[in-house]
Amino acid sequence: MRLNDEEQALLAGAAGEAVRRAIEHQIAVGDFFGAADFVPVTQAHVMADTESLGEAGVAWLEQLSAGPHAPPQVRVPTITDPRGTDFARAAELGQAEWMLALERRAIAAFRRLGVTMTDTCIHYQTIAAPTRGEHVAFGDTGVVSFSNSVCGARSNFEGGPSAIAAALTGRTPRYGFHLDAQRQATLRLRTDWTPATLDDWGALGALVGRHAGHYWQVPVLEGLERPPSSDELKHFAAAMASFGSTALFHLVGVTPEAGRLADVGGERLPLAARFGLDEVRALRRSWAGDGGVDVVVFSAPQLSLFELRTLAGLCEGRRFVRPLLAVTSPQVKPESDRLGFTAAIEGAGGSVLSGMCFYQSYAREIALARGWRRLVTNSAKLVNILGGYGYAPVLRSMAACVEAAETGVVA
Amino acid sequence: MSAVILTARHALGRVVEGLALVAHDGFSARYDLDRIAGVFSRPTHALAGQSYVDRILVLDTAKGGVATAWMLHEMQSRGVVPRAIVLNTVNPILAQGAAFGGVTLLAGFDVDVTAAVAHGATLRLDPARRTLEVLAAPG
Repeated sequence: MRLNDEEQALLAGAAGEAVRRAIEHQIAVGDFFGAADFVPVTQAHVMADTESLGEAGVAWLEQLSAGPHAPPQVRVPTITDPRGTDFARAAELGQAEWMLALERRAIAAFRRLGVTMTDTCIHYQTIAAPTRGEHVAFGDTGVVSFSNSVCGARSNFEGGPSAIAAALTGRTPRYGFHLDAQRQATLRLRTDWTPATLDDWGALGALVGRHAGHYWQVPVLEGLERPPSSDELKHFAAAMASFGSTALFHLVGVTPEAGRLADVGGERLPLAARFGLDEVRALRRSWAGDGGVDVVVFSAPQLSLFELRTLAGLCEGRRFVRPLLAVTSPQVKPESDRLGFTAAIEGAGGSVLSGMCFYQSYAREIALARGWRRLVTNSAKLVNILGGYGYAPVLRSMAACVEAAETGVVA
Repeated sequence: MSAVILTARHALGRVVEGLALVAHDGFSARYDLDRIAGVFSRPTHALAGQSYVDRILVLDTAKGGVATAWMLHEMQSRGVVPRAIVLNTVNPILAQGAAFGGVTLLAGFDVDVTAAVAHGATLRLDPARRTLEVLAAPG
């Protein structure tokens, strides 16, 4: 990689050992992908739940933030993805004290680095949406997919160590979706069906992602009969990233870089596949379940205020016989409380959790502690992930999920 | 003289030798592994139930999930980690995680590497030369 004078100095240790190691890591990744140089970034977003970090990752963070003198400080606004718990509700989740102790250590280390603990995967809805052309270093695949595609920002998937490195150096290797050429469509798809509900949007995202198959494919989708809402695009993007590792997509006439098909080079591509209701039904059948329900979860991504509003309305007059968990951000939770949504959900027997995400919160251990296996959700992303954690997940609409919590049976 | 030497477009890490676990499935440490038991745990994965510890994983592509960047490091600390990962296509997370966790990684070939390498073959990976060499057929 070509380094400017400042980057040469960082590599020589002018800003301390932590920053030297950070840029060394970035050069290794940049060289791997053939990056020519670095690009400055305006923000970083760090995924670092302690189930992923483990003892080794937390110790690494502590060492990084200890420093021989003053701890190194992030150079750009740096925020965090969901944590591994909602401390106030940990007992309800069956989480053990050692999990909470790891979380406390990680949070303390992040604070020493100057990181702002936002604990959210929906910061584009709640804190600051990135703007078109803005170069950022974001973690969480759904965040990157939404930011790239819907906001027109520029980021690769930045896993925790790389996002921290970007935060400390203020830059990231210029490869992948930071480059104009990589943002052109590579896969032309059509849908004959416009989703109606959030789980439908997730299912369509899953189909597109599964067909795309890998990170470097950039799907362009035609055929939608109406523009999706922010929450619909959130579920669509998160599912596509989960199933296909997709970091950038275009919707013709909807997303900012694809006003017309030709704007992203789509007119030169053959139509690779069409999706309709039959494909969606087949996808849903692959997670059929046995009709029983142990737990209902709304998470992955965290819920917006509007989702909580809808959920609160569905909960009125009901009494749940199964646990219902609704997970949101620390920014949305107080508003949900203030507007009475939390009371409506919890009045029916549900729980509104804050600052965590279900699958990032020791989901395997929770399953063992609480005896939860048959999980019903409206998140296609969550369904995709939890199969590997020992759950038998089922995808249903929010309304059907609420019914399942009330009856103990999934229709 | 080995029968098969493949050249990767992307490589990092150190020279390693080992037995190959091969499937045309994707890879994510979060989605696919029981990282405590050291086995593939996703029921629909072609390698479900098999131990990945000290094996060279030869798979199709990296799947979503930024957690892999941390998890390779954590698995390395406990010695419950693949010796290397070989993919047709890679995403940044695998590259970042391999660099951070000290796991050898090769990706991008002119052929489908999951078809070119037999399950159970003995491999030698040389990242500096970007080569994958089949030392021995499955035993």
